[in-house]
Amino acid sequence: MSRKNRKVSSESLNISAAQKAYVRKHILRTRRIRIYQFIILIGFIAFWEISTLIGIVDSFIFSSPSRVVKTIAEMTVNGQLFYHIGITLLETLISFALVNLVGLLVAVILWWNDSIAKVLEPYLIVLNSLPKSALAPVFIVWLGANMKTIIVAAISVALFGSIITLHSDFKAVEEDKIKLIYTLGGNKKDVLLKVVLPANIPSLISLMKVNIGLSLVGVIIGEFLAAKAGLGYLIIYGSQVFRLDWVIMSIVILSIVATGLYKVLSYFEKRYSK
Amino acid sequence: MSELLRIDHISYTYHNLEGETPALMDVSFHVNDGEFLGIVGPSGCGKSTLLSLIAGLLNPSSGSIYINGKDLKSSGKNIGYMLQKDHLLDWRSTLKNVTLGMEIQHKLSGNSYVQINELLNTYGLITFKQSYPSELSGGMRQRAALIRTLLLEPDILLLDEPFSALDYQTRLEVADDIWGIIRKEKKTAILITHDISEAISMSDRVIVLSHRPGTVKRVFDISLSVADRTPFLARSAPEFKDYFNLIWKELNHNEQEK
Repeated sequence: MSRKNRKVSSESLNISAAQKAYVRKHILRTRRIRIYQFIILIGFIAFWEISTLIGIVDSFIFSSPSRVVKTIAEMTVNGQLFYHIGITLLETLISFALVNLVGLLVAVILWWNDSIAKVLEPYLIVLNSLPKSALAPVFIVWLGANMKTIIVAAISVALFGSIITLHSDFKAVEEDKIKLIYTLGGNKKDVLLKVVLPANIPSLISLMKVNIGLSLVGVIIGEFLAAKAGLGYLIIYGSQVFRLDWVIMSIVILSIVATGLYKVLSYFEKRYSK
Repeated sequence: MSELLRIDHISYTYHNLEGETPALMDVSFHVNDGEFLGIVGPSGCGKSTLLSLIAGLLNPSSGSIYINGKDLKSSGKNIGYMLQKDHLLDWRSTLKNVTLGMEIQHKLSGNSYVQINELLNTYGLITFKQSYPSELSGGMRQRAALIRTLLLEPDILLLDEPFSALDYQTRLEVADDIWGIIRKEKKTAILITHDISEAISMSDRVIVLSHRPGTVKRVFDISLSVADRTPFLARSAPEFKDYFNLIWKELNHNEQEK
């Protein structure tokens, strides 16, 4: 890797005119893309605001950017906003951590004992294909309308897929790399710790990127059905009492939170693969 | 030279649902201490199976393997095994790769680094200690793999077509390299290859295996009249082509038989 860097830096010392032109063109293109992206956002917000102002759509039903901003300001002042975001974030992170931990653990067990893997295979496939929202009402009955239900619902959304993906990634490790560990006098534990797990760190991270989104989906479904707080609760409660400002605001904040969580994991992925 | 390894009437059969495949049938030979033994045979004659048996990764269906007269498992002797590819782990530096075996066998201590650095230095890898495998050339990777094996101080080295993944020119260089290292460290080695020239150029003795199920067809003692023999110089010995023709005939004879 350091070799590549050296090569690049030695080339950048004597840039030809053609190279300069190429780089300039690239910069211009990137800038143009940013401008168009910005125009779409501003245009959408402006169109929405103006439509409610001149009465094309009813801001009572459709809310409006200014009403959303006002709601955000109000709820920031009385502290409710951070309370709801905090609850949703907490539930998401707990579910996310548990999904990864349990998923990894079960995948290791299945890799370790092929008979267990074979026995459980049909059950995993059924559980993975089952729409998990169908289970949420059952969880409410079993666990009560509380945070426990929400976290269990969120875990159920991502867990089975994670197990199946990780297990098949573990099994895809090159047979000769495993043989190598045995020729060096190692045992199955060494194969796991020296080859299978380190070889699968990239796939574990990309799985985590999927899981953070799925955990959020699961938490919102859970909050729809069984919450007294959180962004999902705000959305469902807001729609029931016709406070569409709350609903739209929650959706906007949710998209920011989702993007933020994804970006954090992308950052770790980049740092690891460097 | 005293006898180090004895393969005594070994057979091995693979089983799967389609049926059983005998890979080796009644194979017997011995290897002397400090000897370089070459084994050639047509592809699919059970060569790799033979090495896996000697390495103790598989148990023979029948027959026994003795080291210094003791059974393989109870001999407590170390067998080093070099696979076809170097299999350096991408996420480990050269240093961490060569110490992998010691790490697994819990032999790594502060003192080991003197020996590790010495080997890395002798075989031209010291400046690449912190580099990752992707930054090493094919020859360097193969040397790193050999050092990884040598650090476990094996009594016998098994080489399973260790050069087959390299291009021809690198292959000749690495063969010289690896052969030199093995001679210098005074190791006993068994080389498996389907390349007749490679077997003659490196070995003191060459065993020809028959087509599957593999069995010992003939044994050739290789004596070449070159001073300061290296695998590369051995290729220019006057006897070289005679051995080549003999072994070639033996292998083709096998083919016709089947």
